[in-house]
Amino acid sequence: MRLKQIFRKKKSREIAKDRLKILLISDRVNCSPEMMEMIKNDITKVISKYMKIDTDSMVIQISKKGNKGGDNKVPSLYANIPILDLHTK
Amino acid sequence: MSEVIVVTSGKGGVGKTTTSANVGTGLASMGKKVVLIDTDIGLRNLDVVMGLENRIVYNLVDVIENKCRLKQALIKDKRHPSLYLMPSAQTKDKTAVNEGQMVKLVNQLREQFDYIILDCPAGIEQGFKNAIAGADRALVVTTPEVSAIRDADRIIGLLEASEFKQIDLVINRLRSDMVKRGDMMSASDVVDILSVPLIGIVPDDENVVIATNQGEPLVGNNTLAGKAYQNICFRVAGKEVPFIEFEKSISFWTKVSGIFHKN
Repeated sequence: MRLKQIFRKKKSREIAKDRLKILLISDRVNCSPEMMEMIKNDITKVISKYMKIDTDSMVIQISKKGNKGGDNKVPSLYANIPILDLHTK
Repeated sequence: MSEVIVVTSGKGGVGKTTTSANVGTGLASMGKKVVLIDTDIGLRNLDVVMGLENRIVYNLVDVIENKCRLKQALIKDKRHPSLYLMPSAQTKDKTAVNEGQMVKLVNQLREQFDYIILDCPAGIEQGFKNAIAGADRALVVTTPEVSAIRDADRIIGLLEASEFKQIDLVINRLRSDMVKRGDMMSASDVVDILSVPLIGIVPDDENVVIATNQGEPLVGNNTLAGKAYQNICFRVAGKEVPFIEFEKSISFWTKVSGIFHKN
């Protein structure tokens, strides 16, 4: 059990990266992590009406940087939602 | 064509002044005409890092207030004849200068120099606005720490908002041994998060402290940091240089010090 815990323990490098990613999302758009969580929950609810999705591995992010080297610097919402089953309902 | 580069970071103490001094000195040793401007009014430091603190007569605020001619406030470097420093005022504060005055000053200097390097104060207030006002491109200095990266991200946002065409990242005080252990973010972690091009990685090197003690920038000498700064200078000037593998040399020293610790 103890060994397992040591094994599972995240290195501080990973902790720093994870904390920064969340922090910068809210810094960049003036949007708090709580609000992001609420948006995530609402999106989950709506999509779950139609299909089965993987809520644990879904990612929702607001990014201000132009994607793929584009010049567009308008903030945009990226949602990556893995679908588990398309024909559930 | 002259180029105006602002060295900025948001957070204090990450190495803006050291980077300014070394990049300026390195470019001068490549034969370029360079002027370093300390824009940190009230807290000047670039003069001490350059070892020129005893030669100051006039400063930036004197020039702006027309108390002296531009040339009178330019201090010639001890070693490089093509390198000059314009010191900041120690007794005034940041409101003594505005953006328009800085742009005017920088444009006057463009006529005489290849590179004008502005050492920006910490923070995002007037001092920062003054420093970025006349600049063409920026070097954002950060360390692999959460607080410094957060501030760097904010600075990058502000630079993008003022339509900077070129923003490059300098990662300072990287410790490869800690990265290997998983206790420090790697250079690629930082680049991933900030998504601006990387122009240099400077390892955490005690020689930087020694060089500052002596008032002599270490760029170009045989230390790890000296080599790293030399490479940054080449890249600033447009040359492509591969990134040094710090791991090799550091692991060698870890081994050596390991032998000592055993006994």
